[in-house]
Formats: sequence, C-alpha cells, structure tokens
Amino acid sequence: MSDSGPRPSVAVLDYGSGNLRSAVRAVERAGADVVLTSDAAVAEAADGLFVPGVGAFEACMTGLTSVGGERIIERRLIADRPVLGICVGMQILFGEGIEHGVRTEGCGEWPGTVERLQADIVPHMGWSTLEVPEGSRMFDGVADERFYFVHSYGVRRWLLDTDGTPFTAPHVTWTDYGTDRFVAAVEHGPLWATQFHPEKSGDAGRRLLENWLATL
Amino acid sequence: MSLAVRVIPCLDVDEGRVVKGVNFVDLVDAGDPVEMARVYDAEGADELTFLDITASSGDRATTYEMVGSTAEQVFIPLTVGGGVRTVDDVDRLLRAGADKVGINTAAIARPEVIAEITHRFGNQVLVLSVDARRATDQPSGFEVTTHGGRRSAGLDAVEWVRRATELGIGEVLLNSMDADGTKSGYDLEMISAVRGVTQVPLVASGGAGRLEHFAPAVEAGADAVLAASVFHFGELTIGAVKDALRLAGHSVR
Repeated sequence: MSDSGPRPSVAVLDYGSGNLRSAVRAVERAGADVVLTSDAAVAEAADGLFVPGVGAFEACMTGLTSVGGERIIERRLIADRPVLGICVGMQILFGEGIEHGVRTEGCGEWPGTVERLQADIVPHMGWSTLEVPEGSRMFDGVADERFYFVHSYGVRRWLLDTDGTPFTAPHVTWTDYGTDRFVAAVEHGPLWATQFHPEKSGDAGRRLLENWLATL
Repeated sequence: MSLAVRVIPCLDVDEGRVVKGVNFVDLVDAGDPVEMARVYDAEGADELTFLDITASSGDRATTYEMVGSTAEQVFIPLTVGGGVRTVDDVDRLLRAGADKVGINTAAIARPEVIAEITHRFGNQVLVLSVDARRATDQPSGFEVTTHGGRRSAGLDAVEWVRRATELGIGEVLLNSMDADGTKSGYDLEMISAVRGVTQVPLVASGGAGRLEHFAPAVEAGADAVLAASVFHFGELTIGAVKDALRLAGHSVR
C-alpha cells in the first residue's frame, strides 16, 4: 500500500461516455479512495490509474487523446506507477486496432493488433474461464473463477518477445471462445490490463481489484 | 467451451419500484429494486434486466436513480429497457450505471436509431427487445407485436431480427408473447428460427415454468435464458436452473 494512508488513491480516467459509475464504485469497494477525472495532474498524482473504455477503438483513442491520456499513461509508466486498463482501455494499449477496415494507431505499449473476433456469435458476451499463467499476482485466489466479457474485438496474437532481452516477461492470460483464442489479461510491471470487466465480475472481480490495489 | 450460459432474472419496475409478483419472505422491501438485485446477485444471477414500465415517459428521473443505486451496489451486468427512444436516453442510462440498454418500439418506428446508438456507444450496449408471437400471415410464421402483445406491428419477427442485426444491434432479447405467462416452456421453434438469421447473442424469454425448460432453449440456439415470475415467486431458484443446465451438459457459472 502507499504512504498516503491506509486506502490507496485511484483515479478513474474520464475520457468519454459510458458506465463509469460501476468502475468507480467497484474500485471503492475493493478498498481505494476513488476520483473520476479527466485532469492530467490528478490522474498522474493518484497511486493507481484506472483506464476504462467502451465502444469503438478509434473513438476511444480520440477521446483518450483529447484528455492527453497517452501522455498521462506514459509518464506514469516511466515512474513505475501502476496503470490498469479495462476492455477497450486494454485494447488501446496495443499497437493498432482494425475495425471495419479502418486502422487506428494505439498507445503502442505492447506490439499487436486488435481485430475482430473469429467466432460464430459476436460479441463475445458473458462469463468465461481463463488460462492463467504461473506466477500471476492479478489472479491470486481467483485463477479458476469466471469473469464477465463483452467485446467484439480482441488481441488474437501476442507479439512481444522478451527472450534474450533484459526486459521482464509479462504474464499473459488467455481465454477461448468457440474456436478463437485471445488475450484476456496482461500483467507487465506497473502496467496491468484486462479484456474482461472486473468491475462487473462480482466477487471474483472484487478480488482481482484488491490484488491490483495491493500493488499500489 | 469456456463461455457459460447466462441465467438472467428480469424485474419489471414502475417509477423506481419493482412491480408484479415478488414474495421473497426474507426481504425487508420486496419492491426495492436494489434489494431484489442483491438477492439475485447472491443467488448467482449472471446479469440483471430491468424493464421500465413507467407510463409517463416525460420524467424518468426515478428510473435513473434506481439504475444508479443498483449499479453502486450490485457488481454484475445490468440491462435496462423500456421507453428508450433516442441516443440521449441511452447516454443517460449508461451514465446512470446501465451496461446495456434495450430498445423495442422506437427501433420499429425508426430503425435508423439503431445505427445512431451503436455508432456512438458500440454495438455491445444495444439489445433489441422483440415481443413476438405466432402469425400465419408472416413468411416465417412469427410477427412482431407492440403494446405488450396487444397490437401487431405488421412485421415478420425473423426478418426484423435479421435486419436489426445488419443495422448493428449487439444482442437480441426474444420474448414469446404466446408462451409468456404459460409456464409451458420457451417457444423453441421461434428461438431456432431467429438463431438462423442473427450472429449476435440471443436471450430466450417467455414461458419458463420448470427446470427442464431451460436446456432445450439453449439447444434451440439461445445463449442466455431469461425468466421473471418463476424466480420472483420462488418457484425456481437461479441455482437450481444452473444445476439443471449443467446436468444437461451446458457450462454455467
């Protein structure tokens, strides 16, 4: 926990419409003092930054850019300060998104493409099990639980190769849907992200958020 | 298959109060949507659906308050339908704390609203709610109704779902007006016919009365099963429905 008190502070980045109330309340319930903000100084000062995101990749990147979100995320990561991206808030951390044939550049924290799921029924909507790697802190105590997904796009190939480099290898969690398989979550130093919605995943989601707050 | 079949209780709410058949003995206030939502969450509901039947569409402040207090205390997905007409209605419900919004009559009257909503918020937020019944004068044998099944919309139900899917909806809530209230099982032929024309998730509604009714709806093509009165009256529990689905070989949470 942080030095600022028993409850860490978390900023939920407000850069567009959608259900932000659930995010704020879920993080509060997990044990943080939460502020909803689009102010860069506030977002940079908090112990943790929660980056939500719904809708289209391109619209989310436009919204993120309008509040200087890429720079906020970058400055936090340079200082080794935790960031948690959720749903499209995870997708925009990758290199690019392709929706309806339109390519949009992402934040590029990880190489990779966000593309349409290859399944009979899309969106992928509901509670799925996960393949959690050894050593995950995010899923401590909830590796066998189901989490709530609702999305039509995903990262179907993980491209970052840390073999033979001095960089820490990330923990990448996968899920499958029909015959498709895609990234469900990533833990990589101070940068964590989930394709599913922990704020909508009941008690399992609460535990995951508590695990994140424990890193702040 | 890692994805679970969803079991969804539906609550009718009028001016922020739950109406129609609630008799949980241990509830302090059976009309309080937040308390009902908590009970269903604890029982293992995978989502909740609120159908707002408030007659006056002018002031929906109570609806937004209700959605807000529920979203602040129950951490599973929440769909709200009833009286949704415009992009602004959707925006307000999402901001209040809804995850998905159901649209019905307004989409029949003006199908363009589907694209307007999904362009702004993404397809995943929009549920097309269809009240359908059998009708020999429609090609598929099923027609869309309005006004709680009292009027025909003059639309083929299967064709309507096909078209709405093209326009961009993220899910279909298919309610059989023939089966609704009969407790004799879902309309499996209707589910199967609609499944054949849409590639978005399909929620079956109307007719659930016994545990053995749920698995056939999934086998006919439903991704989720919704029921109201059997849950509200305590005739079936969410847990028992999930056990029955599991026994039939379906994944549940």
